[in-house]
Amino acid sequence: MGMRIYAIVIYLFLYLPIGIIVLFSFNAGRHASDFHGFSVKWYGKVLSNPFAMDALTTSLTVAFVTALLASVFGTMAALGLQQFKGRLRVLFDAAIYIAIMIPGIVIGIATLIALVTAFGYLNPALAAAWPEWLGDAPRLKMGRVSLIAAHTMFTMALVIVIVRARIAGMDRTLIEASADLYATPMGTFRQVTLPQIFPAVLAGFLLSFTFSFDDFIIAFFVAGSETTLPIYVFSSIRRGVTPEINAIGTMVLAVSLSLLIAAQVMLRRRDRPAPTES
Amino acid sequence: MATKSSWAHRLLVLPAALWLLVMLVLPLLVVFVFSFGERAPAGGYIPAFSFDNYLNLPARLTAFKNTLILAPLGTFAALLIAYPLAYYLAIKASVKIRTTLLVMIIVPFWTSILIRTYAWIYILGGRGIPQLLDWIGIEGVRLINTPYAVLIGIIYGYLPLMVFPIYVSLEKFDKRLLEASEDLGATPMKTFRDVTLPLSIPGIATGCMLVFILLMGEFLIPALLGGGKVFFVGNALVDLFLQSRNWTYGSAVAAALVIIMLVTVSIYMKLVMRGAGQREDVSLI
Repeated sequence: MGMRIYAIVIYLFLYLPIGIIVLFSFNAGRHASDFHGFSVKWYGKVLSNPFAMDALTTSLTVAFVTALLASVFGTMAALGLQQFKGRLRVLFDAAIYIAIMIPGIVIGIATLIALVTAFGYLNPALAAAWPEWLGDAPRLKMGRVSLIAAHTMFTMALVIVIVRARIAGMDRTLIEASADLYATPMGTFRQVTLPQIFPAVLAGFLLSFTFSFDDFIIAFFVAGSETTLPIYVFSSIRRGVTPEINAIGTMVLAVSLSLLIAAQVMLRRRDRPAPTES
Repeated sequence: MATKSSWAHRLLVLPAALWLLVMLVLPLLVVFVFSFGERAPAGGYIPAFSFDNYLNLPARLTAFKNTLILAPLGTFAALLIAYPLAYYLAIKASVKIRTTLLVMIIVPFWTSILIRTYAWIYILGGRGIPQLLDWIGIEGVRLINTPYAVLIGIIYGYLPLMVFPIYVSLEKFDKRLLEASEDLGATPMKTFRDVTLPLSIPGIATGCMLVFILLMGEFLIPALLGGGKVFFVGNALVDLFLQSRNWTYGSAVAAALVIIMLVTVSIYMKLVMRGAGQREDVSLI
């Protein structure tokens, strides 16, 4: 009984702050800290705020492309790694381990200075090599592409870990049976392997999307002059707490909550053994 | 292994391998190289080999000190709060609602830490808890922009990460051991001390390590709840790279952070391994 009360208190501790943001996002009052009745006007304000909407578009685009690249390349790598042994495998695993364990802030810094330095060398070279009839040479700079590249690096490592766990738990006899029945490797992949790993791939996609959509610290360093939604929120908080931020926060929470619950359903759906009669 | 398929497998791994090389390994090497370099007048890098940046690290001593005090403290506080909850989930909670309760622990961890931390600006700010305390007669309490606010933010942000590995280790062990201990006349306290706690040490070790590692690189919680008064190495790094543009010195600070992290974690792992068998691999998703 005592333990149950303790658990309830902890769950309140975890969810009350989220509830407060949602509640205040519907606050009619000007001041953030007093409740003056229900209103959706702050949502209207956000939706008609071009800066917030730009940031939202950037965040959604970056998150979608990141999730797509990470789940495709991550799944490919997880499948290929099955056949890797020895030193290459150890090196690859070490890189994945580092990608996941190194603080995001260090990844952000490293990407920033490495890319800016590389662009410093590449831009003059590009300008020199660019054919004149094509007009001015493009200038490489930090922005959406560098942000997608950095997010994909981290989330790809995540997808590899998730999909690999699924492959390890896969029923191998089915693949052998398929080969024995003269299916081509491609046919076996499409009809046997893919359906088994698909929930993990989809979960990886959703988690990658959520990570990219919510990430602040890597984007803060790598996004250049682009503003993502978390960067927008962070700089707004610096200027003062307003109900508008609560509305954005509620929308962000709604997006990530629904994706996360979908990912959990995907990951758990086939984790459990089929119920047996007993 | 079938050699004819090995080139296909290599092709499958290639994009990921290249990506990790270009976006992770090379950038980290750049940080390492820059940390020995000299600052260019405009803030860039001049090739050099000197330890000056490292010798200057004491200039940011406060940031290192705050991080090295608040990260272990936050980890320990999260452990104290997480353990009973993990115990409840693994041993006391009914199986029917267990999955739901677990998902409810994991979900906050994956939602925006920025928004969740932002909520505490309200709660700890002048019109939040201090005002409530004012009503019941405790006046003049200030929470926001103090180390306490940062500590609360840390516990709140990282609690899920601590609960999960402990839950996994508690859930896995044979519950008959508890019955056996009870049948043999041990008090609940003694059963806990001699059976449950030792068996959950791998989970505790994993949880503490994960939380500690992430805390070492924390920026948002001190930035939002510490109000510039309680700052971590992460805050110093943001200042060095985005405001004062001192890349070479900043690289040394980042390298020092990673080195301190690696050394602490490996000492810690050695101690834990000696204390109790194997570490667990825990899935956080």
